[in-house]
Amino acid sequence: MANGVMTQTQYIPYLAEKGLKSWILTTDHKRIGILYLITISFFFMIAGLTALGMRYELMTPELDFFRTATEYNIAFTLHGSLMVFFFIVPGIAASFGNFLIPLMIGARDVAFPRINLLSFWIYLVGTAILLSALAQPADTGWTFYTPYSIQTGTKVIMITLGVFVLGFSSILTGMNFIVTIHKLRAPGMTWSRLPLFIWASYATAILQLLATPVVGITLLLLIAERAFDIGFFDPAKGGDPILFQNFFWFYSHPAVYIMVIPAFGIISEIIPVFARKPIFGYKAIAYSSFAIAIISFFVWLHHMFVSGISETAAAIFSFLTMLVAIPTAVKVFNWTATLYKGSIDFHSSMLYALSFIVLFTVGGLTGVYLGALAVDVHLHDTYFIVAHMHYVMIGGTVMGFFGALHFWYQKWFGKVFNELIAKIAWFLIFVGFNVTFFPQFFMGFQGMPRRYATYPEEYISYHALSTYGSWILGLGILIMTVNLLIPLWKKGRPESSNPYGSLSLEWQVPSPPPHENFDEIPTVTDWTYAYGKK
Amino acid sequence: MSSTAEHAESHAHGHGLGEAVTHNAAKFGMWLFLGTEILLFGGLFAAYALFRAKFPDLFYDSHKKLDVTLGAINTIVLIFSSFTMALAVSASQRRNRKWLIILLAITFICGAAFGVNKYFEYSAKFHHHIYPETNIFFALYFMMTGLHMLHVFLGMGIILALIIMAKQGRFKEGNRYTPVEVGGLYWHLVDLIWIYLFPLLYLIG
Repeated sequence: MANGVMTQTQYIPYLAEKGLKSWILTTDHKRIGILYLITISFFFMIAGLTALGMRYELMTPELDFFRTATEYNIAFTLHGSLMVFFFIVPGIAASFGNFLIPLMIGARDVAFPRINLLSFWIYLVGTAILLSALAQPADTGWTFYTPYSIQTGTKVIMITLGVFVLGFSSILTGMNFIVTIHKLRAPGMTWSRLPLFIWASYATAILQLLATPVVGITLLLLIAERAFDIGFFDPAKGGDPILFQNFFWFYSHPAVYIMVIPAFGIISEIIPVFARKPIFGYKAIAYSSFAIAIISFFVWLHHMFVSGISETAAAIFSFLTMLVAIPTAVKVFNWTATLYKGSIDFHSSMLYALSFIVLFTVGGLTGVYLGALAVDVHLHDTYFIVAHMHYVMIGGTVMGFFGALHFWYQKWFGKVFNELIAKIAWFLIFVGFNVTFFPQFFMGFQGMPRRYATYPEEYISYHALSTYGSWILGLGILIMTVNLLIPLWKKGRPESSNPYGSLSLEWQVPSPPPHENFDEIPTVTDWTYAYGKK
Repeated sequence: MSSTAEHAESHAHGHGLGEAVTHNAAKFGMWLFLGTEILLFGGLFAAYALFRAKFPDLFYDSHKKLDVTLGAINTIVLIFSSFTMALAVSASQRRNRKWLIILLAITFICGAAFGVNKYFEYSAKFHHHIYPETNIFFALYFMMTGLHMLHVFLGMGIILALIIMAKQGRFKEGNRYTPVEVGGLYWHLVDLIWIYLFPLLYLIG
């Protein structure tokens, strides 16, 4: 699809330079991507371990693993806030976004490489603040709802400050990506030829820019509330606790799509390569990302159906919530249509992509249940929500993330992992995930509320099954991690720079890519998905 | 300018990006960032609307305790500083280093004057035992003007950096005045937000 293809020999790979300084002061988007990848993986592991601890506690109805219920509350607060703010929101966008965007559009780097490094440093400052907060962790849940977050004796200020600082990193990264996609596309890389991951990243960046400042001011107000007693959210002072919920979800609902839209982009890249077919409905997939982004700003009230809002508002937001299902389903149908009559290769990354389609559909459809007012009143704050949310976040985003790790692994690190072990790990993850979370739909439906360390005897079989599942899932992730880490210490490079025969620009450069990606900026003559034509 | 032409130009400069691309990208990036700043303040404006609708009398009574004269002086100072900033951008485009430095310095001094004025205002409030926790109006007053003040300080830092860069002769050739223009955009936003804060807080009729 493009000229300027380089061979696998005779160049200096971006990983050639060694030493700490070459990493912490790097402005290379590929290296910054790796820095993010390491940090988010670290937080993914910590948050995952707290989840295993919670599941272990829930194996029996009594309080046995944690000493007090507050400790359990601290565990789920840590799990939620680390997973959301430190792993999944920056997750794919910052790691793969950084690595892929310039390569895919045929640029040497992002528009502002130094601001890119600054974003990472701000992210690190945020994580440092958070880690210091771990000495006295909060027990509010990741949503920091008032008035509890004002009244609790645990320390809320530090953890919210950490999240606030992260917001700046998110905003700067989003701004950088939008400008990069607008200004640095290679000649011939028109909007209608852009890889779908770029479209998805663009939609994500817009959400980051529009939503993050609102959560920023919300958290700032919460800090002021605790530090100066200002009373915006305190009914005793004339304030309004619902205002906090409105502010919070005005960010946090779009944030759900900040988490998942990049994964949509990844799936759109993996499927056509391993189905050997042009992507079906390119424009529909591209525009539906924007439709989702826009609608996502008008659904936040569905988190507050039982918070005491007017019935009219609830009915309108119920309708708007169900509207999101349309552009989302457009994507799912198009991916499925791409598979139709394709010549499918079950590479490990493809297995993750296919799991994504199945699991995300379950997560999405249960979301439509929850959008229905009467059903939501019954299911609100039960394990049904927990299951729905994890089907979207793990079944969706994390599957996409793992798929991306396996798909671009050779390109990014210039090494090859063991495919058989990767498939075994995938199988354990897929089975473990479903065993963990599928029973939660049932127990939620039967009334098991979320966020309790103890529960009535009757739920024990569901909870025990869910805990066993979490062990399988944990084992799968462990095997996958080891399988991906071991090759990094081995010598040698992959034989081919394009083992899966992708037509996208990043596969036309050697693995790992050279320092500034392209010797000569390529000229693009066809769209990215012309599989089967040549 | 089409993307192809931009890249042809960037190629002429070797591996770096062309000046026109850098200039446009920087301005575009700053506009996006300003959008996020407005949304940041947007949360406070939304809270203001909610609470003013809820407690109109409280807002009216409390706002009388604010000093309209000091507020008005500060408004004039900031608008004037926006004017000198605009002139500074124009001076940098004409590569007039002497006037660039003078105008940036005046802008900086205006920012400082604004801060001194605000310091007297705040201390007068504290002297009368008015604090953020006094009532919702003053909570908003201190949060809004405080966050704005933080932006004034940031803007002053940017202007100081621009003065130093100008002294080093960084804006001499080609399109290299980009930092002045981008810094100017930021300063205008700081001014603009104050133009909304002043009537909302000081002039409740």
